[in-house]
Amino acid sequence: MEFSLHFASVFAESDLIIRGILLTIGLSSSAILLGSGLAILLVATRNLGNKFVRGCVDAYVELLRNTPFLIQLFMIFFGLPLMGVRMSGTQAALLAMTLNLSAYATEIIRAGVDSIHKSQIEAGLSLALSRIQVFRYVVLKPAIAKVWPSLSSQFVLMLLASSICSFISVPELSGAAAIVEQRTFRSFETYIVVTLSYLALALVLKLILIWLGHRLFHRKVVSILSTASKGGIA
Amino acid sequence: MSTFGWPEFLFLLRSAGWSIVLTVIAFAFGAIGGGAFAIMRLANNAVLRNIAAIYILVIQSIPVLMILFMSYYGLSIAGVEIPPLLAASVSLSIYVSAYLAEIWRGSIQAVPPQQWEASASLALTRPQQYRYIILPQALRISLPPTVGFLVQLVKNTSIVSVVGFVELSRAGQLVNNATFRPFEVFMVVAAIYFAICFPLSRLSRYLERVLHVGRSH
Repeated sequence: MEFSLHFASVFAESDLIIRGILLTIGLSSSAILLGSGLAILLVATRNLGNKFVRGCVDAYVELLRNTPFLIQLFMIFFGLPLMGVRMSGTQAALLAMTLNLSAYATEIIRAGVDSIHKSQIEAGLSLALSRIQVFRYVVLKPAIAKVWPSLSSQFVLMLLASSICSFISVPELSGAAAIVEQRTFRSFETYIVVTLSYLALALVLKLILIWLGHRLFHRKVVSILSTASKGGIA
Repeated sequence: MSTFGWPEFLFLLRSAGWSIVLTVIAFAFGAIGGGAFAIMRLANNAVLRNIAAIYILVIQSIPVLMILFMSYYGLSIAGVEIPPLLAASVSLSIYVSAYLAEIWRGSIQAVPPQQWEASASLALTRPQQYRYIILPQALRISLPPTVGFLVQLVKNTSIVSVVGFVELSRAGQLVNNATFRPFEVFMVVAAIYFAICFPLSRLSRYLERVLHVGRSH
């Protein structure tokens, strides 16, 4: 049997795919913002707290980093309703993504904070800044500037991991792909279009992050080919 | 409706074995590809260098789930009836190759350039330089991040449950469907993943310390 590619029927469903793209962008950008915010809070708590608090933050980070995102998503989506917390698939996805990203970002930003020289902190304290003020005004920005490349690749990995939310029928890009596939019976064509969409989204996000690094932290603008990453979210 | 007891727990454990099998297969094939792409990425020939760079960029810019679907449906179009294990192995190997290529490129570049110069001055050819001088040192540097990446790989095997391959995550879904005790079931599944991944994470950190090599970012 001869096989040829037919994209016409897939493009006929393009509004579904476009809505999927928008939901992927919405979910990922919200998770990146909320997750990073949570991570900064966690790093600050860890830094200012006593041994017990530090242990709790470390346990949170290790638990989330050493279990698959898919299982975290399932626990939130299937488990929480039994405890009386009702939420839609999209809300569960956003919560899971935020928590997952916060753990990775905490670990990355903590490494940045550790790399700030002690004399910086002592100088801040000697100017009568409180420890919170030292963290906020002296430590935080250079710490993030230092780990910006790692943080950036983690953000991109979060965008890619958002595809896993289709497992609980969230109609983001992968979820939309599943619907289009069922309607058109054009699996391969559907996934070619969707894969190219992810590629475009990830490349644009990489460019935005390079630009942000330049604007916020005066980092050198690097070629997108040298932004490869060494980690992964699962 | 059945309950969540010993037989179910043993079923989960057996399926965890499949997750590990999948990890080993994907790592073995991914390592071959990753090694080749790492060396291509550092070749003198600009064409080879750019092919490797673009391959890494593209694979790292699409979700593993999409690699899985593309290989699943792509291979079926080629006319082969493919078992889920094959689709899973192929797609995970592709995923692994792009990330290992990048980790190992970094490790090779972390070997001081004087080592290249000294070995070149001894009239070693490029393959000889790699074989006797560079790779033994790069291997040592690459060990901590490679073990760290294994953790990501173990976790990413959970995604192949979507093509019906019964590894740990799929087993968890099956048991949950039968017992409808999501908290207990997924807690146990998460605990098994944790029991595999946490020691690897610690090993990676330990190696980083004892081998005296910093993270090469």
